[in-house]
Amino acid sequence: MNLQRYSLAVLSHLALIVAWYLFVKFGEVPKFVMPSPYDTVQALLVPNYRWLENIAVTSIEIFGGYLLAVVFGIGAALLFSWSRPLEMAVMPLLVSLNMIPKVALGPLIIVWFKYGIGPNALMAFAICFFPIVLTTARGLREVEPDLLDLVRTLKGSRWQIFTKIQLPGALPYIFSGMKVAAILAVAGAIVGEFLGSDRGLGYLMLQVQVTLDTAAMFMAVILITLIGMVLYGLVLALERALVARDARLQ
Amino acid sequence: MAEPFIHLAGVQKIYRTRGTDFMAISEASFDVEPGELVALVGPSGCGKTTLLKILAGLHAHDSGELTIGSRSQPFDPARDIGMVFQQPLLLKWRRVIDNVLLPAEILGLPMAQSRARARELLALVGLAGNEEKYPYELSGGMQQRAAIARALIHDPKLILMDEPFGALDALTREKMNLELLRIWQEARKTIVFVTHGITEAVFLGTRVIVLTAGPARMADNFRVELPHPRTLEMKTSEQFGDYTRRIYRLLGMD
Repeated sequence: MNLQRYSLAVLSHLALIVAWYLFVKFGEVPKFVMPSPYDTVQALLVPNYRWLENIAVTSIEIFGGYLLAVVFGIGAALLFSWSRPLEMAVMPLLVSLNMIPKVALGPLIIVWFKYGIGPNALMAFAICFFPIVLTTARGLREVEPDLLDLVRTLKGSRWQIFTKIQLPGALPYIFSGMKVAAILAVAGAIVGEFLGSDRGLGYLMLQVQVTLDTAAMFMAVILITLIGMVLYGLVLALERALVARDARLQ
Repeated sequence: MAEPFIHLAGVQKIYRTRGTDFMAISEASFDVEPGELVALVGPSGCGKTTLLKILAGLHAHDSGELTIGSRSQPFDPARDIGMVFQQPLLLKWRRVIDNVLLPAEILGLPMAQSRARARELLALVGLAGNEEKYPYELSGGMQQRAAIARALIHDPKLILMDEPFGALDALTREKMNLELLRIWQEARKTIVFVTHGITEAVFLGTRVIVLTAGPARMADNFRVELPHPRTLEMKTSEQFGDYTRRIYRLLGMD
């Protein structure tokens, strides 16, 4: 069953590449509109494009901004669960701020912090922070009142309630926020690079756009996607390790 | 008569919300002897859950007298209460045995001994062999059995049960009633059992306390003189019928 599932998934991916190849070959599509898979891979051989360096830069922005968002998002939600007045004051503010299209902050970030790896990571952070803090806060709030009573009859401490019931109960929510954020982080970093940067895969895309090297643009998009897949895969693996199967939110 | 384990005299509870007082319990007075299984029966809104929470020390009462424990059976409110709710409320990320161990962890009991005891208790409630399973692998009735084992792990003197079989289907419920009687006889605990099931109250209770709603008050308190061990056939007996009719009449349903 599992083997069948995996092989079908691999097949559909391969089928897409084959369809792409056939479309370009028999559709006589010009190379600058759509390169073949072969041309796309060939783009990796252009040393001028500094693929490794650009991959590293974009990865640092994505992972850095994402990790910051995880740390601060979960941290903020924890503070809210410990202080009800703080939650009542700050949570509605966060909900309002969440309505800001984070991408629109790009030009401001450049004014405040110039451009580069740091500001782009900040962009990824801004876009990831909200889903993590909102889902984590919700998860920490969802505790069965009867379960709290059970601990209270045993004169359990707040810390015991937190470590034994609240936090493990919130983990599935935390991970659902982290999975949404993982996809957003990639978009945040790339938009940051589009708006202002001198390195990274998004920057490279703008450079090769000028020379109409569509194959390199294709390659950059594929690499960006792969970075996102690695991040998402790591989050999934961590979830698998930490959250019991039945408790995972789908 | 032996010294009572629980003694209530004129216990009253009023909820105050925005100037309006709501009388949750107007006057509850009864004694429970050690080792009894007392059924608190009544319609919703009669204050039976409130009363249970007062016994659990989760709510304070407003007036009246409440003592739990006696010289021969001293009572420590931190470790002598086991609770079972309508929902099993097992932690779904913990294996069954680790769920049973939760109170032992909170109380800081020695883990190796508690683990051995958890295995014994799971066998007692009929869950031997399910120790390493996760709650979702168990049926509702089995989950509630695990919740009963959890309530017993720290060897409390008093078990408080709030409609523990209310969410189960009728047949499972009958089966769990028999199981509870067996567990009660083996574990030798005092149990206070809240239910809205009249036959359940008579079938389980050594004593039945009837509460009526609006205003919530205690309407009756009688011993059930059916022999132990109880059997399902007893439910069709004349005597059983007399007890249930007595309760139906008090609740205005005859």
